[in-house]
Amino acid sequence: MRTKQLTSSFGISALAGLAMGAMASFAMPAQAADDTIKVGILHSLSGTMAISETTLKDVMLMLIDEQNKKGGLLGKKLEPVVVDPASNWPLFAEKARELISKDKVSAVFGCWTSVSRKSVLPVFEELNNILFYPVQYEGEESSRNVFYTGAAPNQQAIPAVDYLMQKEKVQRWVLAGTDYVYPRTTNKILEAYLKGKGVKPEDIMINYTPFGHSDWQSIVADIKKFGSAGKKTAVVSTINGDANVPFYKELGNQGVKAQDIPVVAFSVGEEELAGIDTKPLLGHLAAWNYFQSVETPANSDFIKAWKTYTKNDKRVTNDPMEAHYIGFNMWVKAVEAAGTTEPDKVIDAMVGVSVPNLTGGYSAMLPNHHITKPVLIGEVQENGQFDVVSKTSGLVPGDEWSDYLPDSKDLIADWRKPMSCGNFNVKTGKCGGKGS
Amino acid sequence: MRRALRWLMAVCVVVATSTAALAADLRPLVQALGSGGYSGTEKALAQLSEAGDPAAVPVIEALQAGDLYVRKADGTVVVARKAGDAFTLTDPLTRAALGDAPAAAVEKIRINNSLRRAISASLGALTLMSPDTGVRRSAADAVFKSRDAQALETLNAAIAKEQDKSVRAAMEQARAAILLTGEAASKMSDAEIQSATDTLAARGDRDALVLLNMVAGSGASDVTKRSAAAAVSTLEQKLAFWAALQNLWYGLSLGSVLLLAAIGLAVTFGVMGVINMAHGEMVMIGAYTTFLVQEFFRAHAPGLFDLSILVALPAAFIVSGGVGIIIERSVIRWLYGRPLETLLATWGLSLALQQAVRSIFGPTNREVGAPSWMSGAFELGGLTITYGRLWIVIFAFAVFGALLVALKRTWFGLSIRAVTQNRPMANAMGIRTARVDALTFGLGSGIAGLAGVALSQIDNVSPNLGQGYIIDSFMVVVFGGVGNLWGTLVGALTLGSINKFLEPYAGAVLGKILVLIFIILFIQRRPRGLFALKGRAVEA
Repeated sequence: MRTKQLTSSFGISALAGLAMGAMASFAMPAQAADDTIKVGILHSLSGTMAISETTLKDVMLMLIDEQNKKGGLLGKKLEPVVVDPASNWPLFAEKARELISKDKVSAVFGCWTSVSRKSVLPVFEELNNILFYPVQYEGEESSRNVFYTGAAPNQQAIPAVDYLMQKEKVQRWVLAGTDYVYPRTTNKILEAYLKGKGVKPEDIMINYTPFGHSDWQSIVADIKKFGSAGKKTAVVSTINGDANVPFYKELGNQGVKAQDIPVVAFSVGEEELAGIDTKPLLGHLAAWNYFQSVETPANSDFIKAWKTYTKNDKRVTNDPMEAHYIGFNMWVKAVEAAGTTEPDKVIDAMVGVSVPNLTGGYSAMLPNHHITKPVLIGEVQENGQFDVVSKTSGLVPGDEWSDYLPDSKDLIADWRKPMSCGNFNVKTGKCGGKGS
Repeated sequence: MRRALRWLMAVCVVVATSTAALAADLRPLVQALGSGGYSGTEKALAQLSEAGDPAAVPVIEALQAGDLYVRKADGTVVVARKAGDAFTLTDPLTRAALGDAPAAAVEKIRINNSLRRAISASLGALTLMSPDTGVRRSAADAVFKSRDAQALETLNAAIAKEQDKSVRAAMEQARAAILLTGEAASKMSDAEIQSATDTLAARGDRDALVLLNMVAGSGASDVTKRSAAAAVSTLEQKLAFWAALQNLWYGLSLGSVLLLAAIGLAVTFGVMGVINMAHGEMVMIGAYTTFLVQEFFRAHAPGLFDLSILVALPAAFIVSGGVGIIIERSVIRWLYGRPLETLLATWGLSLALQQAVRSIFGPTNREVGAPSWMSGAFELGGLTITYGRLWIVIFAFAVFGALLVALKRTWFGLSIRAVTQNRPMANAMGIRTARVDALTFGLGSGIAGLAGVALSQIDNVSPNLGQGYIIDSFMVVVFGGVGNLWGTLVGALTLGSINKFLEPYAGAVLGKILVLIFIILFIQRRPRGLFALKGRAVEA
């Protein structure tokens, strides 16, 4: 009986999914262009990244819905345009072009992986539109058309390493990551930073694994072996996406306790822990700019709105969602200040805009198109939430060009006139340096 | 009834007042746990364990469990346990009931990693004299880890009293750890140092190695350092031997996972010759069936949760097998003999199945729990073997054996072999070849479903589950020899072991590439794989 039900509901939902997909792509041009302001949402709803990005699409729909209930923007209703780039990097560029040229959106909120951002970047620069990018990333980039609301390395990785060094007296470091641009660049920055702090090369172990790696037995055994040299050891994890679940399961199985070898992760949040039994992970760490467990009135309102909107009491909130919350509110404020949605004017109005974040402070847009954020370190609790054990006293401004890499330490970005440059070399006094 | 209750309460009050008298001097220390943030709590905890009163143990245990709260109204430290929306409060020392309080009226005393370490250290020092052997053993281990010099006195007393041999050994190791790392080391004679390092070396595990390494690298005297360094090198040799064995086990374990994933494909691709790109999705459907079965158990029979996996096995076989039969009847049967079209069609099917599952269950991971008999690990000599992996190895071989018997010893197996070897002749002999085709494909898919049950224990249950295994499965089948089940077995175990032996040296990414290169070269020399089929059937 159960089987029959299952197969029939399979068929129906598959059909429904197809029908919805068809509607999404055909229904848009029918609307007249002038009575609404269109906002593009460019997040994968299928493929590998759907696991993370679907939530961001939902939170954008919720934010737009709330803004419309407050009366819209400039007297017009906001209209979300959702496209599905299907975790396919070239398709991101195509869909971005479609959003800007065909749907005439005023701004786009989207992307998760760095490679998808790199793929759409030329499109936004060519067609002069605005992208809000909500995920922590490796830095070494600043574009006039992109606003980076996620953390730069100095807003996540460096403070986390500092915390371990000071509070846990860690002397030996395992830098473990998935093999692609974000972990590689972040680890390069961290390695330079650690060596600058006097850590010897033999006390740093770097390990990369493929996307979706599922057999962690020997790597965890290696970490244990590396950790038995008599010095306090910690793992800095830039392991991304699906691979985290088997990684943490294996840590639990092999009894790697946070009291002995703590793991601090930059890509594991509430959403990722939802599929794991967290009891063996008690005390392992994550560094973010937001945790669901932060107790502020703004955050409890946000969580309540999210649970009501998704009609699911078990849904969790996470850091990139807060980044979209900040980014969307900044865009609304900038559009109101500029009195128009025209990208050039909005981009100029964005710098200096300051809106409340969910952790009880204000985040401001900097001239380098990054924002100020507090850095929080949290420990995993039994209920899958994080308990904040450390918070920076003030806000940390995002640093796009890392000071610890020789190629980028002389570069700055400032998109205010008259400089208006994403990679200004302070040594040579010219725009256009290495990196970019 | 009411009188009995009153009596009980009276007794409670008497007991409470008498313990209150005992606990009076601990009261200010317990109170101090609730102020000053992490560092304040840590300071108070240190004083509490210095007092050495076992009455503090339940308080510290409550702190460890996260049950210790501060009542906001008067700042009293209380034990609070959740009862519905509110908390039931009790006094941490006397355990007298203090009534209920809403969640907003109390604030949890939070603990971090360094506090957790301090807690297990002080619990260890305070419970060394416990009447329970198990508690004493874990106390000795906790002291070994903390190396708290203050515990030395208690430890000496405990060793003198200890009757249980293994617990005494653990205590002596803890004592050696304190002696070698503490200030006492400089005053010890050479013989004492030697015996302490010997005690540690006899422990023989990684924790001992950590400690000896620490001693060898510290500012201790030359004798201490030398004797520690000698112990380190013997210990490292021993651990290297076990590490090699452990690697072999990892290889076997990965090999059995590959075997499980590939064995269904060995039927559909190996025996039938269908290039089935949707094979991984059959595995995924099996994993989601496990999730559904577990949800059913969680909702209706939480007490029988440990049996859910056993129920999931036949369920996953039937569901995946059923989906397989539907696919064969609706798509694949029109494409026999056209491998390119089959490849494209089944690849499309795999995308459709993934998206269907994504629409029904959502894109996020689903939690599939491990039954108690599949979680945890045990030590075998210097090997750590996790129960989950052990069961998967056993299960993979069981499935392989069952399939072998089904193909070689049953009427159904005979028909399968007859149809795949010579279709017109089998038809002429009265075998309904179309039905055999459907059932064979169903069998292969069903076995993939079984693999899904096992993989749900070690991997993500997400719509992408199958994608991770499809390439590896094809690799195993091609490497082992298409059409030969034994080839699949040997192929899976070989690739698993090679992978695990390369990983520590070359890294996971390069290791995988090297395995692929190895297979390409191997196929150049032996195009039909390890165990090539011979005979007329091959030429047909």
